[in-house]
Amino acid sequence: MPDGFVIAIASGKGGTGKTTIATNLAHYLAGLGKKVQYLDCDVEEPNGHIFLKPKIDVSEAVTVDVPQVDLKRCTGCGKCGEICQYSAIICIKENVLTFEQLCHSCGGCMRVCPADAIRLKPLNIGDIEFGKAGEINFVHGRLRIGHVRTPSLIKEVKKHIKQDCLAIIDVPPGTSCPVVEAVKGTDFVLLVTEPTPFGLNDLKLAVDLVRKMKLPFAVVINRYDIGNEEVEKYCEAENIDVIMKLPDDRRIAEAYSTGRIIVDVLSEYRKEFSELHEYIKNAKAGIDDKKRLRVRRKNNS
Amino acid sequence: MKIAVTSTGKTLDSQVDPRFGRAACFIIIDTETMDFNVIENENAAAAGGAGISSAKTVIDSGAGAVLTGNCGPNAERTLSAAGLKLYTKVTGTVAEAVELFKSGKLAEAFGPNVEPHFGTDK
Repeated sequence: MPDGFVIAIASGKGGTGKTTIATNLAHYLAGLGKKVQYLDCDVEEPNGHIFLKPKIDVSEAVTVDVPQVDLKRCTGCGKCGEICQYSAIICIKENVLTFEQLCHSCGGCMRVCPADAIRLKPLNIGDIEFGKAGEINFVHGRLRIGHVRTPSLIKEVKKHIKQDCLAIIDVPPGTSCPVVEAVKGTDFVLLVTEPTPFGLNDLKLAVDLVRKMKLPFAVVINRYDIGNEEVEKYCEAENIDVIMKLPDDRRIAEAYSTGRIIVDVLSEYRKEFSELHEYIKNAKAGIDDKKRLRVRRKNNS
Repeated sequence: MKIAVTSTGKTLDSQVDPRFGRAACFIIIDTETMDFNVIENENAAAAGGAGISSAKTVIDSGAGAVLTGNCGPNAERTLSAAGLKLYTKVTGTVAEAVELFKSGKLAEAFGPNVEPHFGTDK
């Protein structure tokens, strides 16, 4: 696997096997001697550590700026409350209330305040932990309970992507803001799904998202022998590559439930991950070619 | 005195809306004359902060008390900052609720009675 490549493992539907694919791919590639980084961006409920079992050696707190009102300066004009789209600051009679957890740190209240009564103060929303899982460089974000600034924390986690590694990003489920933040700027997205009506419905939403973001992507079907053939039919009709099919193997579920890595316990699945590796390698080569072409065109023009 | 009642509809026969922040309407009623006006709640489907914005709506209406089913911490904090009295766990029609209030049979709530987001998607 070439260095300096960022793969996001995403899915529309939750519970399809993102973390299973992400942790096994990381573990498999590290076993081949590749420089691998695993970043768990599912910061509301990170669980990659259960399988990779990293030794965490550094932790840093992540803060966002929220308003603090100096009531001595405040004239009670209410402009701060009018501009806030999230009701995070509101002027009630001569009193200004702030609801820190609703604040999106736009700074609007501070700018419109004619009395210069608003200062910013840091609010701790979560932590990023760093460690090593064998040879894998491990990073994950943990959002603090009760906080909702998921994209802000994901953005901070992604600042730690190492350029000389193959970086694997474990993306939160769904297709909302945290997902957009997690897949943004990555080189390739793997969409993990299951062959059920729910899997298909949410896969379509995820495909719409990555297409809109113009990200190259392919599909992995997990628990392949359940459900129906609609997911495959959809991928074929939409010209989407299905690059891996993991069967509904009870032994995989057993390994998962005890926090073990499939490619360790069930070595026959190494073949699947080897093929996945090949596909990604080719995808990377294709993307690099396109980049080179763009650079050449730019230089010629 | 003017009081605000959360309502599922626009008449006094409507049921009290059990949600505060995401109530369908606020009926602002004068307890002496029983004259009232209806404010449709534009925060009913807000993405977030519905309780706070609804509290602001009720405060701006000039009501001195709020009758509702459930009220969460953000709305409660906003209402109490403006000195409004809060009555939760109110059920029945709006007219019945006002009668209970007038006869002094409602107990004032001194704090929220539900968690944040209690009325979301309900």
